[in-house]
Amino acid sequence: MKEEEKIQPKNPMEEFLRMDRIPHIWCPGCGIGTVVTSFAEALRKSELDLDKVAVVSGIGCTGRVAGYIKLDSFHTTHGRAIPFATGLKLANPDLKVVVFSGDGDIVGIGGNHFIHAARRNMDIVVILVNNFNYAMTGGQVAATTPISANASTAPYGNYEYPFNLPYLAEAAGATYVARWTALHLRRVTKSIQEALAKRGFSFIEVITPCVTLYARRNRLGDGLNLLKYYHDLSEIQHGADTRTLDISYQGKLIVGKFVDKEKPTFLDAMNEHLSKVLGDKYQAYGVSHD
Amino acid sequence: MKKVKTDPKGVLTGAHYLDGDYALAEGALAAGCRFFAGYPITPSTETAERFSARIPLVGGVFIQMEDELGSIAALIGASWGGKKAMTVTSGPGFSLMMENIGLACMMETPLVIANVQRGGPSTGLPTLTGQQDMMQARWGSHGDYEIIALSPDSPQECFDLTIEAFNLSETYRVPTFVMTDECVGHMTEKVVIPPAEEIEVVERKWYTGPKDKYLPYKLDKDGIPFMVKAGDGYRFHTTGLTRDEKGYPVINAECQDVCVRHLVDKIKMNADKIIKIEEEDTDDAEVIVLSYGITSRVSVRAVQKARKAGIKVGTLRLITVWPFPEKRIRELAKKVKAFVFPEINYGQVVYEAERCAAGQAPVIPVPHLGGWVHNPEDIYKAIKEAVK
Repeated sequence: MKEEEKIQPKNPMEEFLRMDRIPHIWCPGCGIGTVVTSFAEALRKSELDLDKVAVVSGIGCTGRVAGYIKLDSFHTTHGRAIPFATGLKLANPDLKVVVFSGDGDIVGIGGNHFIHAARRNMDIVVILVNNFNYAMTGGQVAATTPISANASTAPYGNYEYPFNLPYLAEAAGATYVARWTALHLRRVTKSIQEALAKRGFSFIEVITPCVTLYARRNRLGDGLNLLKYYHDLSEIQHGADTRTLDISYQGKLIVGKFVDKEKPTFLDAMNEHLSKVLGDKYQAYGVSHD
Repeated sequence: MKKVKTDPKGVLTGAHYLDGDYALAEGALAAGCRFFAGYPITPSTETAERFSARIPLVGGVFIQMEDELGSIAALIGASWGGKKAMTVTSGPGFSLMMENIGLACMMETPLVIANVQRGGPSTGLPTLTGQQDMMQARWGSHGDYEIIALSPDSPQECFDLTIEAFNLSETYRVPTFVMTDECVGHMTEKVVIPPAEEIEVVERKWYTGPKDKYLPYKLDKDGIPFMVKAGDGYRFHTTGLTRDEKGYPVINAECQDVCVRHLVDKIKMNADKIIKIEEEDTDDAEVIVLSYGITSRVSVRAVQKARKAGIKVGTLRLITVWPFPEKRIRELAKKVKAFVFPEINYGQVVYEAERCAAGQAPVIPVPHLGGWVHNPEDIYKAIKEAVK
């Protein structure tokens, strides 16, 4: 072994990362990298053909994920990762399409697309990294900021009700819904694995520390302090009623897998319906006719 | 640019009685479009309806999105998924698409958008005509970029130019617009759809080299990068950020200069190949009527009347509006007394003509706000004025 190889051992995730783009832009203590690690691990375990997995991100800190993942990867516009993924999936149904983006991107500016993709049971996996604020732009209040938490555009504390995302996802029609924190590395990996193996709209929320903005502004300490909060106040309740999953400021975090059901996907429903109505005139779309 | 015979499945060969909106859909299907995403909006909805009925029968997919933001995003995704993709809209929906039209330009994504124009601004005149989105088509998204826009004046041309739009879009990897209007969209005329073997379509310039050597934005000899589709094993990246040959973001002025200059130059440098215009009697004309879309048909009456009155009138119809036929207007400006330019707006493309005429000949606008076409008499008066 050459000397430099000894000094710089290979990154164990090298297979999944664009090493020519590392170091990444995320802050020390940020949780996004942890979720990326879980994603890479889930891919490894999934045994999927990686040539057929595509990642679509929107804009924001988590929006940068697409740029680091060594798969077909698209860094799109703010809020539009899900409709982009919808087009990609429908054009090439062989693909496993993963949307990897933040709370502001997916349920703030892109909220409408989120509920409609869930309603249609579009066969995509949505990994939403929830850091409770708009971090890329400097810590503004978000649709996920807990009440009373401070943000740069909520300097007196937030008074808007935040979304309960698992409830929203389930109500809109998602067939797989889970929530974890960045502390639950193994569980996040397992959920992503399950979602990758599933057909239908899968949604995984991962609560992550934003040390530079959310934690600093709220004097919550560093990354370790936030992980300790997750450790002390998160509670695994698989199958919990999603109506009970509101998050209060530094309050209890109910995590787990809440929904895992089967339902025809958009394409399944389309093929089934059109075959029934049109008969021989219709050839099922996106399935091999060889 | 590789031309191939189109997939006959989408071609409804024969003589039909179709409105412009339906003809847009038939043109797209004949060109091999197999993905449509759209949102209902008057007066373009019939195109979406036609797609929803026809595309499942020819091996494609239709999706009605939640809004036009979603439609255009889905189109870009579908194009990178390997399909020829189209949407149709009108003013308000066109406005909503603007941000992602920029993304399509930046990612160099072939796709076609038809805009069946109505009167604006805002909700404006939902059911009545306009040509008020012409500058928006050119400049509506932020930043510097170039697009291609065609303007049909009949249902037949809605069919023909939609095929042309796909071919240009695939050749130059650029969003291409079919800028029609409510009158042409809702006008029903004979549309002849030729046999499939007579329809030539441009095949996307697929990269076939070694997988580890693929650079998404490395320019080929013709200045257009090769494309791959997701799922082919290239594991490429692309972004809306200023990017290098690899498709990786590089946030500095030097990279912006290379990247954005290319987006503009690939159209500017090929303008002569792209531009189609139709001229009549321009050789010895004292005055030339410039027009596009429905307005060119309305101008005919005025031109005939002027000729009867002994005025030497020529006509120049812009089939391609963007890029603008700058050179030709400059040449003609040296010879004519004036141009007359009616548009169903308060003055848009006329300023481009004025810029190109560069003071050598006046360009007389005949503005007309949305709602209805010109009274030919107004155009005639402008012609008379021009030769005074």
